[in-house]
This record gives sequence, structure tokens and C-alpha cells, in this order.
Amino acid sequence: MMAATIRLQREDFDAATEVAALTRGRTDIGAVVTFSGICRDHEGGHGVSAMTLEHYPGMAEEEIARHVAEAQARWPLQGVTVIHRYGRMTPGDNIVLVVTASAHRQAAFEAASFLMDYLKTRAPFWKLEERPDGKDWVAAKDSDDDAAARWVKDNAAS
Amino acid sequence: MKLLYFAWVRERIGKTEEEVAPPASVGTVADLVAWLAGRGEEYAYAFENPKVIRAAIDRKHVQPDTPIAGAREIAFFPPMTGG
Repeated sequence: MMAATIRLQREDFDAATEVAALTRGRTDIGAVVTFSGICRDHEGGHGVSAMTLEHYPGMAEEEIARHVAEAQARWPLQGVTVIHRYGRMTPGDNIVLVVTASAHRQAAFEAASFLMDYLKTRAPFWKLEERPDGKDWVAAKDSDDDAAARWVKDNAAS
Repeated sequence: MKLLYFAWVRERIGKTEEEVAPPASVGTVADLVAWLAGRGEEYAYAFENPKVIRAAIDRKHVQPDTPIAGAREIAFFPPMTGG
């Protein structure tokens, strides 16, 4: 199975650098999909001046690795990179990067979408927002659970 | 066994981790939540709505009816909001 790059880090990342690292010297890759999650300055009608990402060290890496392995089993991927930051971020900062590479575009698109839907709902990270009226934990969204559920094979078949 | 708390569960309890030795009658994750909720008002506050609490045993997601026998590390946290 193709090796994957999975990193949890406080530091920023550069999407172009990560794509180049994945594709350098390769002639079998025909498609690369890159998803970047970025800290925005508003959420549900209120302003956001910063957010702090808390994570469960150890489990976060293992949980992401389990989903990367599932993505590799479901789609013919030539490479996968997942980087998730933790710590305090301000609007405009990168939060998460998913890069998937495959011979044809559909596998790369679907695998990237699958990985993001699972990162949202299953990877042990929690966002604490700084708002005009104080700090509060971000509530999980039903829409994210619904997005993850569509990848469950039993649901997809029905 | 070692317990870990994250996000608002951690804030409400006021600890990041602790060692506990629950009685033998505490057999499942749900039992452990109920037992912890009886340990003081900070625990009662953290676990006031057990349905929203998520748990992991030895770094894997588990359900409320999962047995805790043999667990080394059990974590409690709110629904995840990463990505």
C-alpha cells in the first residue's frame, strides 16, 4: 500500500510544497486534489477573532491513519498527505490540508472529500472560538454528521 | 485506569487527567459516566447530558455499552469539531 504522510503540528504548512513533495519524480499520477481548511472571521452570524484547536495527542494521529488506510482501500490512490494544525489560529490561517493523488480525477476528488468528512466528525479535535462576547466551544453540526454518514457503505447502497 | 478529559469536559471537571479505580459494579462506559457524575458537582456538570459525551478506550472510539474491563486509558470529550 502506498505510504501516506500524516502530520499534526503547531506550525503552518504550505500546500504547494506538500503537493510538490507528493508528485516529485512521479509519472504515474494523473490527478491531484488539494483541500485547505482556513480559519474564517465569522460563524453563524457572529464574528470570530481567533480559534484554538485542542487535540488528543496519540489518538488523533491513529484515527487519521485509520481513515487514510480506509481511503486507500476504497480508492486507487497514488499518494495521500494529511496535515492538521493545533494551537491558536487567527482568520486567514491554515488549519488543515488534505492532498490526494491518483491516476484519474474521480478517486482523488472522492477520497479527499471522504477524508475531510471524517476529519470533521471522527478525528479528536475541538475548536474554541474567540468571539466578541467571549470564548466558547464550537458545537458539532448535524450537517457534518450527515456528510460523514453518506460514506457508510450500507447507507450508500440503500 | 487513567482517565483523560478534553475540551469543555476538561474545563468543567477542572482536570486534564487522573487515575481512578471504580468499583467492580462499573462494567461499561455508560456505568463509568454515571459513577463519575456522582463524584462531585464539577463531574455532575460535565456529565449532565450523557448523550452528548463521546468516549475512547485506548485511543479508539467506543459506544456507551462498551465494557471497560482491561482498559488502560479512557478519554471523555464532546462531539468532535476538527477539520
